Amino acid sequence: MIKFILLVNKDGQSRLSRYYHNILGEERENLERETIQKCLPRSKKECSFLEYQNMMLIYRRYMSLFFIVGVDSDENELSILELIQNLVETFDRYFNDVSELDITMNVEKAYMILDEMILNGHIIETSKNRILAPIYATENN
Amino acid sequence: MPIPMRLKELIRLIRSCKTAAEERTAVNKECALIRTTFKEEDNEFRCRNVAKLLYIHMLGYPAHFGQLECLKLIASNRFMDKRIGYLGAMLLLDERQDVHILITNSLKNDMNNSTQFIVGLALCTLGSICSPEMSRDLANEVEKLLKSANAYIKKKAALCATRMVRKVPELSEIFIPVTRSLLNEKNHGVLLTAVALITEICTVKPDTMPHFRRWTPQLIRLLKNLIMAGYAPDHDVSGISDPFLQIRILNLLRILGKEDQECSEAMNDILAQVATNTESSHNAGNAVLYQTVQCIMDIKAESGLRVLAVNIMGRFLLNSDKNIRYVALKTLQKTISIDHTAVQRHRNTIIDCLKDHDISIRKRAMELSFALINESNVKTMIKELLDFLNRADSEFKPFATLRIFQAAIKYAPDKKWQLDTILQMLKAGGSYVNDEVVASSIHAVSESRDLHAYITQQLYFAMYADISKQPLAQVAIWCLGEYGDLLISGTVEEGSHKIDEDGVLDLLQSVLNDTVTSFITRAFTLNALMKLSTRFPKAAGRIKEVVARYTNSLDLELQQRSVEYSALFKSYDTLRPGLLERMPRIGKNDGTEAPVSADATTSGQANDLLDLLGDDIPSMQPTQPQNNRGNALLDLLGSSSNEDSVVQPVAAMPPEIPPLNIYDKNGLRIDFNFEKATINPDNTVQMTLNATNSTAFPFTDFVFQAAVPRSFQLQILAPSGAVVPPNNSGSITQVLKVSNPNKQNIRMRVKLSFNMNGNTIQDQGEINNFPAECN
Repeated sequence: MIKFILLVNKDGQSRLSRYYHNILGEERENLERETIQKCLPRSKKECSFLEYQNMMLIYRRYMSLFFIVGVDSDENELSILELIQNLVETFDRYFNDVSELDITMNVEKAYMILDEMILNGHIIETSKNRILAPIYATENN
Repeated sequence: MPIPMRLKELIRLIRSCKTAAEERTAVNKECALIRTTFKEEDNEFRCRNVAKLLYIHMLGYPAHFGQLECLKLIASNRFMDKRIGYLGAMLLLDERQDVHILITNSLKNDMNNSTQFIVGLALCTLGSICSPEMSRDLANEVEKLLKSANAYIKKKAALCATRMVRKVPELSEIFIPVTRSLLNEKNHGVLLTAVALITEICTVKPDTMPHFRRWTPQLIRLLKNLIMAGYAPDHDVSGISDPFLQIRILNLLRILGKEDQECSEAMNDILAQVATNTESSHNAGNAVLYQTVQCIMDIKAESGLRVLAVNIMGRFLLNSDKNIRYVALKTLQKTISIDHTAVQRHRNTIIDCLKDHDISIRKRAMELSFALINESNVKTMIKELLDFLNRADSEFKPFATLRIFQAAIKYAPDKKWQLDTILQMLKAGGSYVNDEVVASSIHAVSESRDLHAYITQQLYFAMYADISKQPLAQVAIWCLGEYGDLLISGTVEEGSHKIDEDGVLDLLQSVLNDTVTSFITRAFTLNALMKLSTRFPKAAGRIKEVVARYTNSLDLELQQRSVEYSALFKSYDTLRPGLLERMPRIGKNDGTEAPVSADATTSGQANDLLDLLGDDIPSMQPTQPQNNRGNALLDLLGSSSNEDSVVQPVAAMPPEIPPLNIYDKNGLRIDFNFEKATINPDNTVQMTLNATNSTAFPFTDFVFQAAVPRSFQLQILAPSGAVVPPNNSGSITQVLKVSNPNKQNIRMRVKLSFNMNGNTIQDQGEINNFPAECN
């Protein structure tokens, strides 16, 4: 099960954060801060998986954005890397060559796309067409 | 009231802030405006304001005052309003707030709405935040939606059901019938979520697994279609069609096949097919292979398949991608308990990984390497591991030193090598060696009689080089105290300087003078000095003076020792040689026996000591071990220290666990005898079952079966026989091993059957009263 998804830029500012388990307030801030501290300084040569408390952190850097996903220990790490890739490609298709600015200015759209892909910590849809179809449809409303 | 700004403008405003303080001011100002607008019950701009509030919440500022507003938005008719409202509900509310119950009604209405997107929104929100009460209320609605024709709604409903089932496992009964038809869908999204739902039901309610096992053929067919199908543009990822669905199905198969032989057999073919056909040039392919290997390892696969899996992992280990290597090391660690020899083949690669740049890989490689040590490779492995220890991060050192020590004790080909390894371990481990290892090292040294001189010499030189490492210093000081005379009289290695009495005493004194030395080490040193006072008779005066210096020490332990030792010099000088003779072999006590014997001698000692102080000299046995005397003194003066516990040997001896009688009926009596290793990563308890028969007829065809809850693992070895001889003339023994990694109370269900005089007697029951020491 996916515990959270975090998009952070290389200065440590959160651009998108979604939590799939009950965590609010101070706990959330601590989690975010520690996660960012652990992932950001890693070099390209190092492995994308980090163990943190009872979770596994899987991260990938795309240009100036870090995509960090926290998962349960029984999840397949390589498939989460695929998920991150899928997410980026979906954003790419919707925003036409996505950049950090696109996601920053259109936060609510980004949340909606994310919600079409992942619900309650499980992957719900992986086909980009099917993910974006409802978004396009409701935009014309 | 000015028109509230749009979200985009707010974002731009915040981005333009140069400092954190500026940002805070801007946010606070906006929050105030939003709050005022909320109070005014303005419908038009509520949507906009809540959107801004969500953004502010993401930045980390408090936004709870928007919760009720979300509810109002949800109740509105406009789609945009509902959307932001539901998003707000998902982000701002969670189970712990009471407000979320209020949306139950809106959710129910929206789930019956004709527009599929609104239904979708409601399901999405329900799936993210529903509590047990809400689950119970709305489960029927969700089940209805699961049967709808619309794939979009179905997949969301399925994941919603997943959460409900997790919160309230009993609800799974409602959803099980629907899942059957879900598996027949063509839509990948629905399939993905259906498999997720089934997996969740199996996890929270394991007794449903037999039901789902019947669908294994269908799952296998699904998987097969995925692999065999040609290019499917919708779900293709680098040549693999829908790897996510494949991985999900493999995961479910793994859970279903875990305990079940029949199910596992059915899967053998498809697993072999997936393993051989999947391309491993891209991450997607590797992800599928990884999942396949995990599946093979967990089910009761045939050996050919296992070999295939280990080979795949071996290939992964050689891959240049770090992530793949990490994944391989992780899986091999799980494999090692099942198939040790296969992993041994990759030993060299694993040792290379010890030198990797990445800390995660190094950690896994280290754990795996320790698990791989056996008699034949111990020398090479330890050499590599000591090398690793020298370079290792401090977080690995305690674990590494402990495991090196255990391996040295268990597999050492000869004593000299063992002691050399221990010495190197102490040198490399620095201050991270824990006390038990120190104690056990001392024990190991005292065991090897002919090497005393040699090892003391080595320790002397090691300490000479560096006295700051406490564990090394403690072992060295103990040895110097015990065997100092051997050191002086023995031969010295070429090239090193000659050791003489003064040299040794100088060294010990420098330890005492050093500020880095801990109190425990100082205590060790005082003891050692006392022992040397008999071994080096000429230096007795000097030693007496050094010991006397501590009579005013602030540490109670040191002061006490110093005073007593000084007393020993002054008034009871004649006793000194007898008291401080060479220690006898430290017996390997178990944890429970040692305190008893120590107490017995302690009370005896205490009495003697009292008599001593009363100017009465009874005869003392000359071979009293000195540490017990220390204990007596401690008890007398009421302080406690760790010295005695430090010297207790550990790590190889199991604590005594009383045997348990589990069955005594119809003349059959079954007892369990327990054995447990104290340091054991899986916390395994070995139980030996002993069945005796007090009747006049033999019990034939005796079969004993046992099962444990899922959090444990049970291994039952073959019994010594199937016949329990009559009149207690013999017994059947059988070994069971239970591993208890979570340290829970062991429970076991047992079933036995045997044949007595032509009648078959069967019985079963549950054992809950395992002694607490087993856990």
